[in-house]
Amino acid sequence: MILLPCAWCGPRDAAEFHHVGEAVPRPDPRTATPAQWRAYLYLRANPCGWTVETWYHRMGCRRYVTIERHTETNEIRTATVAGAAGPAEAAG
Amino acid sequence: MQRSTNGHRPGRRRPGYPARYSAFALLRHGLTHQDWPPAWQPRPMKASYDVVVIGGGVHGLAAAYYLAANHGITDVAVLDKGYLGSGGSGRNTAILRSNYLTPEGVRFYDRSIKLYQRLAAELDFNVMFSQRGHLTLAHSDASLRTMRWRAEVNKIEGVSSEVIGPAEIKRLVPYLDVSAAARYPVLGALWHPPGGIIRHDAVVWGYARGAAALGVHLHQNTEVTGIDVAGGQVRGVRTSQGDIATRTVLNATAGWSTLISDMAGVALPIQTFPLQAAVTEPVRPFLGTVIVSGTLHVYVSQTDRGELVFGASVDPFTSYSMRGSLEFIEGLAGHVLELMPSLTKVRVLRQWAGLCDMTPDFSPVMGRTPVDGFLTDVGWGTYGFKAGPVSGEAMAECIATGRTPDIIAAFGLGRFADGTLVGEKGAAAVGH
Repeated sequence: MILLPCAWCGPRDAAEFHHVGEAVPRPDPRTATPAQWRAYLYLRANPCGWTVETWYHRMGCRRYVTIERHTETNEIRTATVAGAAGPAEAAG
Repeated sequence: MQRSTNGHRPGRRRPGYPARYSAFALLRHGLTHQDWPPAWQPRPMKASYDVVVIGGGVHGLAAAYYLAANHGITDVAVLDKGYLGSGGSGRNTAILRSNYLTPEGVRFYDRSIKLYQRLAAELDFNVMFSQRGHLTLAHSDASLRTMRWRAEVNKIEGVSSEVIGPAEIKRLVPYLDVSAAARYPVLGALWHPPGGIIRHDAVVWGYARGAAALGVHLHQNTEVTGIDVAGGQVRGVRTSQGDIATRTVLNATAGWSTLISDMAGVALPIQTFPLQAAVTEPVRPFLGTVIVSGTLHVYVSQTDRGELVFGASVDPFTSYSMRGSLEFIEGLAGHVLELMPSLTKVRVLRQWAGLCDMTPDFSPVMGRTPVDGFLTDVGWGTYGFKAGPVSGEAMAECIATGRTPDIIAAFGLGRFADGTLVGEKGAAAVGH
């Protein structure tokens, strides 16, 4: 079992969370080119190592948290609240 | 209904190809235990090759083999950071089928099945292909509708597929619970007679032996650390065992494909997810077909040794970790017992994980890239093993002729920029 430190609920089973993934800045739809928009939709860094990503605590406080995780060992380093309104894609 | 070909069909016999495996040779070696020749010999790494294939799995080895066999390009090196077949090729559940949903997908995988059918004869290596039939169960009206759709697409493409009802399913698999009392009652199934299982290690070893016999160099424990690109053209590959000058590099890795492509400056729409599988202790043969349930996220087959092999859908978050999890085996056991309650006493021997490169449309990324000389055969998600031969054949043609073969034209990297995604919802155990 992997424990994720929810900024609101404390350490909880990762099964309670939905993995949103790498936070990708959302381009302005009024000015973005189709290529920029599709890069936003499809391209992710997919690193093998430490990465900063968003998780949604769907079976808990239902808030978004930003977690730093090592993708090869699944070690967790830091966790913070992801913005007041959640990640950009949720607010969008 | 069941038939087994074992691939012993007349194949092409190549000049200079070692025909060492025969019943007589087996008997002689078995009696004397002497002179067991190695299947292939390691060669010293050269400073340059015409083609460097990164990834010594079924895709990379097949590409190298077909480059040599079909196009006479033998100055080829296959690099693997571990041993041959140490990645997805040795971690999949060895299921072969071609009953996909899109015409592009059906044509592509059907070609692969046809190559697999004659692979044992072509490579002189028993790959133990058993075309025992493949059942995809439908537990809802929606999935039954998709089954009918898939069956019709398959028939148009000349692939044998039929929707059958619970009575027929019960006849094929007597141990399956098809009663209406089940939590997810079985309403029907897509019956695909050409589907089956194969010995995946033998496919890897057969291609490795065939490629090496035709002059391809295989370098194990050779990790790629960098790719040199100058002026938009590949110039070489840097490895843990030394540098190689080359103008053509094929990325045939799985799991780590984005890391390799990043070295060449090519961004891929791929995320790496682990997929876990498990195997039980051997039991008497009772399961003659492959059974898949998308609703229950499980697929089951029985090997020739009697073990039950289970696979599932990918883990719920991206990772490069290949450790098994208790959540997986708990969920899997529940789903298997839902299908076959009589298996309660069967013990799981081991579980493992492999890495799956998931693309947004469940189709691979094949062909040339914006960097000249850098080709990809990646994004194989949960369906890479069954596509090994056709991918190798198509990528070899792409490298040798410089043109993208029609059979992989739909799978180019450009489709993500153009918005022409393929949408292969017939992929294995995809939650949709």
